[in-house]
Amino acid sequence: MATQILLNNIDVPGLANFEVYRQLGGYSSVVKTLKNLTPDQVTGEVTKSGLRGRGGAGFPAGMKWGFIDKKSEKPRYFVCNFDESEPGTFKDRYIGQRNPHQLIEGMILGAYALGAGSAYIYVRGELFYVLRIIEKAIEEAYKQGFLGQNILGSGYSLDLYCQPGAGAYICGEETALLESLEGKRGNPRIKPPFPALVGLYGCPTVVNNVETIAALPWILNNGGEAYAAIGVENSKGTKLISACGHIKKPGVYEIELGLPVEEFIYSDEYCGGIRNGHKLKAVVAGGSSVPILPASLILKTAAGEPRLMSYESLSEGGFQSGTMLGSGGFIVMDETTCIVKNLLTFARFYHHESCGQCSPCREGTSWMEKILHRIENGQGTMKDIDLLVSVSKHIEGNTICPLGDAAAWPVASAIRHFREEFEEHVKLQKCPF
Amino acid sequence: MPLLKVTIDTIEVEVEAGTTIMNAARQIGGSVVPPAMCYYSKLEGSGGKCRTCLVKVSRSSSKDIRPLPKLVAACRTAVQDGMVVQNTTSPEVMESRQAITEFLLLNHPLDCPVCDQAGECHLQDLSYEHGLEDTNTVEERRTFEPVDIGDYIKLHMNRCILCYRCVMVADQLTDKRVHGVLGRGDHSEIGTHISKAIDNDFSGNMIDVCPVGALTDKTFRFKSRVWFTKPLDAHRECPTCSGKTAIWMKGSEILRVTGRKDKYGELEEYICNDCRFHHKDASDWIIEGPRAIERHSVISQNHYEKLKTPGTTEPEF
Ligand SMILES: Cc1cc2nc3c(=O)[nH]c(=O)nc-3n(C[C@H](O)[C@H](O)[C@H](O)COP(=O)(O)O)c2cc1C
Ligand code: SF4
Ligand code: SF4
Ligand code: FES
Repeated sequence: MATQILLNNIDVPGLANFEVYRQLGGYSSVVKTLKNLTPDQVTGEVTKSGLRGRGGAGFPAGMKWGFIDKKSEKPRYFVCNFDESEPGTFKDRYIGQRNPHQLIEGMILGAYALGAGSAYIYVRGELFYVLRIIEKAIEEAYKQGFLGQNILGSGYSLDLYCQPGAGAYICGEETALLESLEGKRGNPRIKPPFPALVGLYGCPTVVNNVETIAALPWILNNGGEAYAAIGVENSKGTKLISACGHIKKPGVYEIELGLPVEEFIYSDEYCGGIRNGHKLKAVVAGGSSVPILPASLILKTAAGEPRLMSYESLSEGGFQSGTMLGSGGFIVMDETTCIVKNLLTFARFYHHESCGQCSPCREGTSWMEKILHRIENGQGTMKDIDLLVSVSKHIEGNTICPLGDAAAWPVASAIRHFREEFEEHVKLQKCPF
Repeated sequence: MPLLKVTIDTIEVEVEAGTTIMNAARQIGGSVVPPAMCYYSKLEGSGGKCRTCLVKVSRSSSKDIRPLPKLVAACRTAVQDGMVVQNTTSPEVMESRQAITEFLLLNHPLDCPVCDQAGECHLQDLSYEHGLEDTNTVEERRTFEPVDIGDYIKLHMNRCILCYRCVMVADQLTDKRVHGVLGRGDHSEIGTHISKAIDNDFSGNMIDVCPVGALTDKTFRFKSRVWFTKPLDAHRECPTCSGKTAIWMKGSEILRVTGRKDKYGELEEYICNDCRFHHKDASDWIIEGPRAIERHSVISQNHYEKLKTPGTTEPEF
């Protein structure tokens, strides 16, 4: 059994209640840290741990905290990104719903390290029931003296707020999230400046993903080195993978980074193999935004090495033959899946969710959906396939925020690896599935 | 502060720290200036959206000689000392500009023959210079009905390129946020809060900042093609604004009053609605002389100050 840092108590009944959580050792990291460690020492432990952001980009958490402008006279903010809306990704809600206190404990540690007096948890609008659970947990934490004025007599004070979004994927992009939190339209900001210098209300801010924050209590309890001892290369610690699609056992799994992909898909401990004797066709390994890979390339790299669940191994081969760990939304497809239809579904999503600020994404996402719709419904031409490639190429890298790239990569990779299937749609003038 | 040296399309210029690539290029002038469909130097926070000004930074600075991995928006990227920028000399930039022009035209109705902005439209200029000769699109375009924004402004949402300039003007004029963007993606639209038009003496300036024919002057609607009118600098005693405007005449009639625009289509200063909409009588104005219009649009290449129509009594300049 792999080390369980995030899910070890997840099945304990009543875990969302303060007493149950506290009895299992919850909040001990806060007691220890506020007494013994300076904020910079906390950042030091997190840097040592090698923890990388779990929201998708995998940016080292300690380094991000190090960028925060501590010279500024302005207040600092710590914000938790709980907007989880990427198709295929459903790990954060599992933590928020079952184990809200672990998230709050992590929020206290992060806010303390950054010297933030206020912190926010921005929750996806559709997850209102989770918001209620977190709000109740926050209330308990206030009552028990873990939030509010002078926490545990340490002199450190923190207010923690929970804010629902209004149902827009783009508000998961950290600067759009900050705009939305300020009560404005959730348009991503143009960077630089980055939030560490100019964030919420123009003040230095750090935004981290739920899973990143939930790993902090363990790191402070056991030390950064212990965390760094788990995993491979620059992929340290454990990662939640939300597995779905044509597998026997869909669900949220905590893996040690470096687990072979083959073992993840086929072992009974995890996905349990492909459903009813079907064959693996393709995998989208890190949420809908990352490139799709055919079975041959997801199990082994182009060089024939076994592919591992790690930042490095999954991106081995670049965009020619690799993909990304992303947010850990692992979507498995068997041979009954139509790649074009799946791609159309993704394209519709990005078209619907583009904020519309910049022209390549606003117009390009809608155009790609229309072309794919034609191909899937038997009205496509061979020229349409090349047109798709060219549209995706002209969106990629030319936009304000990475949503444009996220819309372009699935299209480019699906055509790169499954071009015959697109051509078959055109030749037959219908979907062969 | 020492000046920073930057090279754009092999031409060197020295600028103050904090200057953007766009403004450095404007100091050089001519073809090195990237087209700007959303940036407006007088509007704080503008730019970065249309992506027509994307350029290549082939050397980041004298300290870091690496190129930047992606094209950058010239209007929102500050120059560094020793930076080398490629605009028209980079095939990659020209290719992306063509693609972005195509994106901007994807949902555009191409109704120039009935659009008041034709002849002074930045999208026309852009398509003429960077557009494809042919079209790849067979898609149906999104359509909206034209609506009134208050008594004087018509919104043709079909033509809007969502540059946000009018939103920023409205934001600067009032803090009520009644004029903004509704919806998302290609289904977003410029809208007013429950048909509440922005109530301000300077709201008419939204027409002037609009790069396309999405916001037009209802008092000028369908009166004349702009290239048949003569722009003159004129002023009047005005208690609200400076009273310095451009008046657009046909014969002895004033068809339209606008602010004075520079060669990048930017207003020199805002004018009030009273000057713009209510003073169409030649006796209201003291005429200073013909307004030099620097335009490169295919439609207005015939400079009208040279145009002489026999048999009319128009004044000559
Ligand atoms: C379109 C878009 C949507 C995103 N959605 C989320 C999200 O739902 N949750 C999240 O944690 N990060 C999301 N991100 C990534 C955030 O911008 C940001 O990188 C992340 O919250 C940083 O936290 P981390 O460093 O802990 O990963 C999204 C990014 C983009 C471009
Ligand atoms: S890339 Fe798309 S989502 Fe991001 S700012 Fe541009 S239009 Fe908005
Ligand atoms: S109406 Fe005009 S100024 Fe306003 S966003 Fe559209 S194009 Fe820009
Ligand atoms: S002018 Fe620079 S992005 Fe529009």
